Amino acid sequence: MIIYGVALLSICTLAGIYIGQLLGIAIGVPANVGGVGIAMILLIFAGTYLQKRGLMNPKTEQGIEFWSAVYIPVVVAMAAQQNVYGALSGGPMAITAGVVAVIAGFALVPLLDKMGKPVATANSVKAESATSQA
Amino acid sequence: MYEALQKVISSYGLVSGFAVIGATMWLSYWISQRFTQGRLHGSAIAIFLGLLLAYFGGLFTGGKKGLVDISVLSGIGLMGGAMLRDFAIVATAFGVNIDELKRAGVPGVISLLFGIGSSFVAGVVVALAFGYTDAVSLTTIGAGAVTYIVGPVTGAAIGASSEVMALSIAAGLVKAILVMIATPFVAPYIGLNNPRTAVIFGGLMGTSSGVAAGLAATDPKLVPYGCLTAAFYTALGCLLGPSLLFFIVRGIAA
Repeated sequence: MIIYGVALLSICTLAGIYIGQLLGIAIGVPANVGGVGIAMILLIFAGTYLQKRGLMNPKTEQGIEFWSAVYIPVVVAMAAQQNVYGALSGGPMAITAGVVAVIAGFALVPLLDKMGKPVATANSVKAESATSQA
Repeated sequence: MYEALQKVISSYGLVSGFAVIGATMWLSYWISQRFTQGRLHGSAIAIFLGLLLAYFGGLFTGGKKGLVDISVLSGIGLMGGAMLRDFAIVATAFGVNIDELKRAGVPGVISLLFGIGSSFVAGVVVALAFGYTDAVSLTTIGAGAVTYIVGPVTGAAIGASSEVMALSIAAGLVKAILVMIATPFVAPYIGLNNPRTAVIFGGLMGTSSGVAAGLAATDPKLVPYGCLTAAFYTALGCLLGPSLLFFIVRGIAA
């Protein structure tokens, strides 16, 4: 039944966000500590476990896949309620600070990608050892 | 007659939201095919249209919630609000490759620290350039460049003025919006086309809404990986902002 999938997704979401809330209280931060991330990990493990035991049928999966598929429209609705006017009327300093932070972030992506690579993928490890032997 | 229509639309807010957003999606994909031959994703255009409408919403109503402040369109607020957004983001994790995820652990943590550090430094340097010299204002604006939540949380904790707090929120908003718009264009140049760089990207940018929309416009398959690391960013920023980062700035500025 489709509702089983939706319910599984709900339980994982609620549990993850609840754990994030508890973590926030534990370390004294007024924010949710990784609630959505924890919920995602719970869903991945619950989904894999149920699939292995044969308890996940296509109907159940549809209950999760529907929500995954409406993700982009939901994000568009989210974009439509951003305070764009407020952001642009924040003045040149706020705009510059935001822009510089984004440029720094983009620039660091390839740098960090390169940094961890030798240990992360077998192929580049081979390439690495080949060059060191040469 | 108009009144009756208005009543239906406002009492079926969420349903109206589905209709409005559905129409926006259709228009965006049509523009994408017709004018860019599909080179610019329909989702990227839809997100941009959403932001553009949000700008006019704010301009005409003076509110803070973009299009949602127009009462007939308040259903969009429910559709794109935190509840359904998080629900849908979690759903995207279904089908994520566990091995891919395990490999993402270490780069994810490193990118989170680099992301908060680089955004904070960027904010502080810009604030310095604009003439701010006191540690409290510098830290608050730097924290705002981390995310628009970290800014006010940090500012409130260290006693910043409300004017500086407003600036820090604006800096964070600019960041979130720019990430939404720029990511699909920058992605090919920074190798943002696989789960590993998506994890790193999520940790570096951190703004949940920016990362969620930016990756959706780039490649929906990358969404769960980026959102997973981004989920920890704001909390880590709230933790470091009023403590470690403030102490460092105070040490240097004093």
